[in-house]
Amino acid sequence: MTADRPETYDIAVIGAGGAGLTAALYGARARRRTIAFERLMTGGQIATTELVENYPGFPEGINGTDFALNLVQQVERFGAELRHEEVQAITPRPEGPFRIETSEGAYNAHTVIATAGADYNKLGVPGEDEFIGRGVSYCATCDAAFFQDQEVVVVGGGDAAFDEALYTTRYASKVWLVHRRDSFRASGLLQERVFGNAKIEIIRNTVVERIVGADMVEGAELRNVQTSEVRTLPVGAVFIFIGQTPNSHLLKGLVELDKGGHARVDLRMRTKVPGLFVAGDLRVEAARQLVSACGDGATAALAAEAYLAELGIGEG
Amino acid sequence: MAATPEVTDATFDADVMKSELPVLVDFWAPWCGPCRMVAPIVEELGEEYAGRVSFYKMNTDENPAVPSQYGIRSIPSLLIFKSGELKGTIVGFRPKSDLKKRLEEAIA
Repeated sequence: MTADRPETYDIAVIGAGGAGLTAALYGARARRRTIAFERLMTGGQIATTELVENYPGFPEGINGTDFALNLVQQVERFGAELRHEEVQAITPRPEGPFRIETSEGAYNAHTVIATAGADYNKLGVPGEDEFIGRGVSYCATCDAAFFQDQEVVVVGGGDAAFDEALYTTRYASKVWLVHRRDSFRASGLLQERVFGNAKIEIIRNTVVERIVGADMVEGAELRNVQTSEVRTLPVGAVFIFIGQTPNSHLLKGLVELDKGGHARVDLRMRTKVPGLFVAGDLRVEAARQLVSACGDGATAALAAEAYLAELGIGEG
Repeated sequence: MAATPEVTDATFDADVMKSELPVLVDFWAPWCGPCRMVAPIVEELGEEYAGRVSFYKMNTDENPAVPSQYGIRSIPSLLIFKSGELKGTIVGFRPKSDLKKRLEEAIA
């Protein structure tokens, strides 16, 4: 699987989260030769979400992993190829298709839809890397059950942190929600649920300075940013949800990025490079919702289809 | 694609510790999303390494002893054993290319 592939795909999708899988679905249904590459987890962020309650049409919500697995099945049913390979370079060529180099080989494609999304941020404090898998976690739905009847810390102030804090209350005896600011970005409904949960105690204006322990996490050292007061909470786990950084390294020097690393696109997800589209959390002004990511993916695939037609490239 | 066979607390010694081939054990649970997403990748590896490495998965909900013995606090965790010795631990969802690299190192 390491050889160059002589055949040319019509659409190459980079990143198989909500945006990428939807783009691949639309590409395949347009009968375009479509391939999607995923470096990490198919489904992207949604695959680790316990319950998606805001995707229209599911009144009781839907499990994120189920949603992702269903979407993969749907994409494959219409004939798109899905590869677990890491894309390392995208090279536009003036005369001919893009060249895409991956961890396993090289591919050609007339159009590229980049939907590489964003990766979670780390705290960058002592003890964090050391205790990954031993009490430091970025997925409460995966790991909360290992901390039955223990006290845990959840770090962050957005939807993800609030969602996961609520989830951890199923197992933990107490959840300390630590946030560096006084106010929260989480949605009103989630704030109501968190504030109303007797197991959750909120610590504002406070950062985690260090994660301590011997073999496993035994505590989190906190510092109040206003008073500089330091204290250590004896907890068995620290769950971290402090936002994301877009995976735009592949696009550097290729398309215009804002200072946060998001790619500038027009309303059809087109970049300044003909045939190169960017959709989902990787683009500027993304709403960062599953529904908008999927919408973006569809828009990009339809724009790619129009571009292929303009080039006079017929259906596969 | 063939599903990865299950190993339990009861069969771990015979299937893993006493195995002639190196063994990769995928610790998972039904409520863990990334575990369900890594399963097809482990299956792909199972086919690619057929005859060289054995692959098992262990449900941590149903089998408390082995996960606790190896101090597992995060899943998915992939543990690689060779001649009854733990040779490698991969915590969390990693790219397939990383898994192959770590597997090659552990069985070398």
